[in-house]
Order: sequence, then structure tokens, then C-alpha cells
Amino acid sequence: MAQSGKPRVAFYWCASCGGCEEAVVDLAEDILGVVEAADIAFWPVALDVKRRDLEGLADGSLAAAFINGAIRTAEQEEMAHLLRRKAQLLIAFGACAHLGGVPALANLWDRAAIFRKVYEDAPSVVNEQGTRPQEVVPVDGERLTLPAFRDTVRALNQVVDVDYYLPGCPPTPKIIKEALEAILSGRLPPRGSVLAPDVALCEQCPLKDTKPEQLLLKEFRRPHEVLIDPKTCLLAQGILCLGPATRGGCEALCPRAHMPCTGCFGPTSRVVDVGAKMISAVASMVDATDPQAAEAILNTIPDPVGTFYRYSLAASRLRRRIQTPPPEAVRAQAAGG
Amino acid sequence: MDGPHKEQPAHGPAGTGWEPTIVAFFCTWCTYTAADLAGTSRLKYPPHARVIRVMCSGRVDPQFVVEAFARGADGVLIGGCHPGDCHYQEGNYKTLRRVALLRRVLGEMGIEDGRLRLEWISASEGEKVARVITEMVETLRALGPLALPARRAAWDAEVAPGTVEAVPAAAAGGER
Ligand code: SF4
Ligand code: SF4
Repeated sequence: MAQSGKPRVAFYWCASCGGCEEAVVDLAEDILGVVEAADIAFWPVALDVKRRDLEGLADGSLAAAFINGAIRTAEQEEMAHLLRRKAQLLIAFGACAHLGGVPALANLWDRAAIFRKVYEDAPSVVNEQGTRPQEVVPVDGERLTLPAFRDTVRALNQVVDVDYYLPGCPPTPKIIKEALEAILSGRLPPRGSVLAPDVALCEQCPLKDTKPEQLLLKEFRRPHEVLIDPKTCLLAQGILCLGPATRGGCEALCPRAHMPCTGCFGPTSRVVDVGAKMISAVASMVDATDPQAAEAILNTIPDPVGTFYRYSLAASRLRRRIQTPPPEAVRAQAAGG
Repeated sequence: MDGPHKEQPAHGPAGTGWEPTIVAFFCTWCTYTAADLAGTSRLKYPPHARVIRVMCSGRVDPQFVVEAFARGADGVLIGGCHPGDCHYQEGNYKTLRRVALLRRVLGEMGIEDGRLRLEWISASEGEKVARVITEMVETLRALGPLALPARRAAWDAEVAPGTVEAVPAAAAGGER
């Protein structure tokens, strides 16, 4: 498969919606430039390749591997480790690989609750025996296996070392193209960088000039509840726009289309926990000085975790909903110091 | 630390069982001064709070609160000037709103209400510092350890090297 001289790259998806793969295809004619400059050695969505093809490559022989999707199953962990070994650069592609993404909202539950819902409680499910997927099933002397389904969804860097991050849900063609060019030409920022500008989205938003210095809001409204004024900052209209705490680079695609930013590019380098940062910004805008009034206004935000951690729950400082009381092991360890 | 006069608890002294840890963010103008007063007046209160002096309770970014929990605090106490008394006019109103929103988020993340407490304590209310910390220690004793570092280790056990069959522990993962 190797054509001499060209760097080899791989694309792979984990717990993904397919949008990131689609984004690569969306490079349209630019993908031809990529094909010209690089050999795509492994891309199961588009090419007939098998895992053993990847395993057959020498370690470190891929110039770069792009992984999209969060890490939910043991198989995804295996593939992440395998690609890590084969590639010189491992790139987390898209919000799910970068921060856990939407799949990581499942961290508000655990495996048992998810299985109960999916295999029993969902209204369309009939499962009288309460059958659950098994990791190993013996059939006719053979051993059939399924990957383990983990309790916690993870961002890619919580499973393997990651060299670079391409943010976005999905990353835009422009930043994909720039990243590919940077990687293929070797002109890269320090390892661990997010390959997008380190500025807040508001800086790139055409509505920025209409964003008041200080905002005081009496209620928060959802986009479908208002006739949006296309010329005014969405936050100033009471629509929760996460632009102030989100990294730019998408050039404000959503606000340009009169939809609020939902935070898919993740935080700038100055922010550690993007949800908490946004909580800080949003609460500051509430026009109330007594607790009841403040709470009434804040209650117009229906789903705070889903709103502020839509793409970043796995990467947040809390990571997942905790089970109380703590498991025995945890109690013992806490007591032991 | 030239802070309030008190003994520091050992880290959950081995053998004697777990003791709650409180991270207390105190506004320098009122609550911190009150804590100092409690110390100089030799008021007795439990030694479980690690006090962090901030210029204003409004300086307490919600990121500080989640960071404190993530690093092992069982409770976070924020002390600020009474409404209307903020040295910076508005700071404590921002705190009030932030805590309201943060509380909802923490609740959804399974962190009980009693683990985050906001109190207005003026510079002369040394005895209120002692009372609030005493109450909070009791609340946390009843709730038990939050122990996020230990929980995180337990969550990560499922992806520890060796958990995945037949894959060499090539690159150990890790948090950022
Ligand atoms: S980042 Fe967005 S587009 Fe990419 S896999 Fe995740 S949900 Fe889909
Ligand atoms: S619409 Fe959103 S991104 Fe644009 S200026 Fe307002 S808050 Fe910032």
C-alpha cells in the first residue's frame, strides 16, 4: 500500500456520530490535495482496510493518525493504543475526541442505568428475559466476544497521549485543511496545542459590536421562543450564546446564522473548566440582587449541565456524575490518607 | 500562613478515620478579618477549613470551586460581606448568582447541596465564622467523604493498562 516518499496517515472513528468523517469528505477537492500529498493507509469508513493491515505496519510508520469520537468501549481503547503505536503524531479530531463531546453527557448516568434504559425501559423495547449484551458468549464450542462497554466515556487524552487537538463538532474544512498542511509540512506549534486560534469566539463574531459592555438580563430565552434580531448580539437578546467562553476558529458560523454558539470548539488555553467559566459569565448577567429573584431568572435555563458542558463533560474537572454514598474502596482510601 | 489562629488537621490521620476537608474562600475585607478575629479571640472551632484569602467573594470563579472538589475537598465554603457592604459594590451579588447556578450544576453531578455553602460574615462576626465552620463539619461528617481523587482512580481502574486484553500498555493515558 505504501507509495514511496509520501507520508502515511490514518483516520479512525470511535464513539462518533459520523459527522467528523463527513467533515473530512467535505474537504471536497481539497481532499485530493491531501491524497496527492499523503498516502491514506487506514480509513475504514472510506477504504477497504482491516485492522490487521494496520497491525502489519511498522511502529511509528504513520506520520499522523486522526481519531474522532469519544472513547466508550474496550475496542476503542485498543484501537487508540494501536494507532498511538503506529503513528508519530496522534491527533484528536473533533469535539468528542478533544473533550468527550456529546457522547460524554452519558457520564450523567452509569453503565447499569444506560443498559436498563436501552434494553428494558425504553418504550419500544420488549425484553421479557432482561437480556443484556454479553462480553463473551460460547456458541458451538466457539467463543464469541463483544467489546466491553465502559462505565465512563472518555476524551482521547484520558486513554492515550495526544499530540494535537482539532476542535469543533465537527472541525470546519478550513481548520482541517490548515492542520493537514501544518502536519504535512512539519510546521507545527508545541505539542499539546489546539490547532485553532486562541481567542474567544466573540472576537470573530460580526455581532460583537452590539454586545454591551455590561449585560443585565431578566430571563434567558431559547432560540425557538423568540424572533431573533439578526443584527444584535444573541446574548444581549437573552439567548444563551457560549461565545464569550469558547475558542474561536469557526469564524462564528452559528451566530452568523442567528443561532447561539453551543461551545463545540471548547475553551481557550486560559480556561480550565469551560462549563464553570460559562456559569460564571452567565450568572454575572442576571439582573437580580436577592436570592429568590436570581434563582427565578436562572431557572429559565432548563438544562445547565447539558448547556454548559454540552461538549466537555468528560474533560471537565468533575468528569462524571458521582455515585453516593462512595464505594467502600473509596471510603477506605479517603480514610487512609 | 498568617491566617486565623488554629491547628491544621493532619490529612485524614491514618487509623483514626476520615476527617472532612473544607476549602474556605474568604473575602479579605470581612470574612477573613472575622476569621482573624475568631483566632485572636481564641474562639474554639474545628480545624478542618483551609482558608484561602481572596480580595472579594466575587473573585471566586466557579472554576475554583470545582477545582477544590476535584483536588479532594469535601466541602467548599465561600464567605463574603453582607449584601450592600461589598467593598467593590457588586461583587457579592455576583457571588450569590454564581453560587445559585453552580449549585444546580453540582446537584446534577451528584454533589450534595451541603458541600457548597455561601455565608455573609462581616468583619466583626468572629463567632459566626466559628459557628458556620462547626456546622459545616457536622454536615460533611453526615454526608461522608466526597473523595473525588479516590473516585477518579476507581473510575480509571477500568482503563488501567492490562484491563484491555492483548494490548501492550503502550502509552499510559492521563489527565491533561
Ligand atoms: S465532534 Fe461532533 S461531528 Fe464529530 S463525532 Fe462528535 S458529535 Fe459527531
Ligand atoms: S452573538 Fe455570541 S459570539 Fe457573537 S458577540 Fe454575542 S455572545 Fe459573542
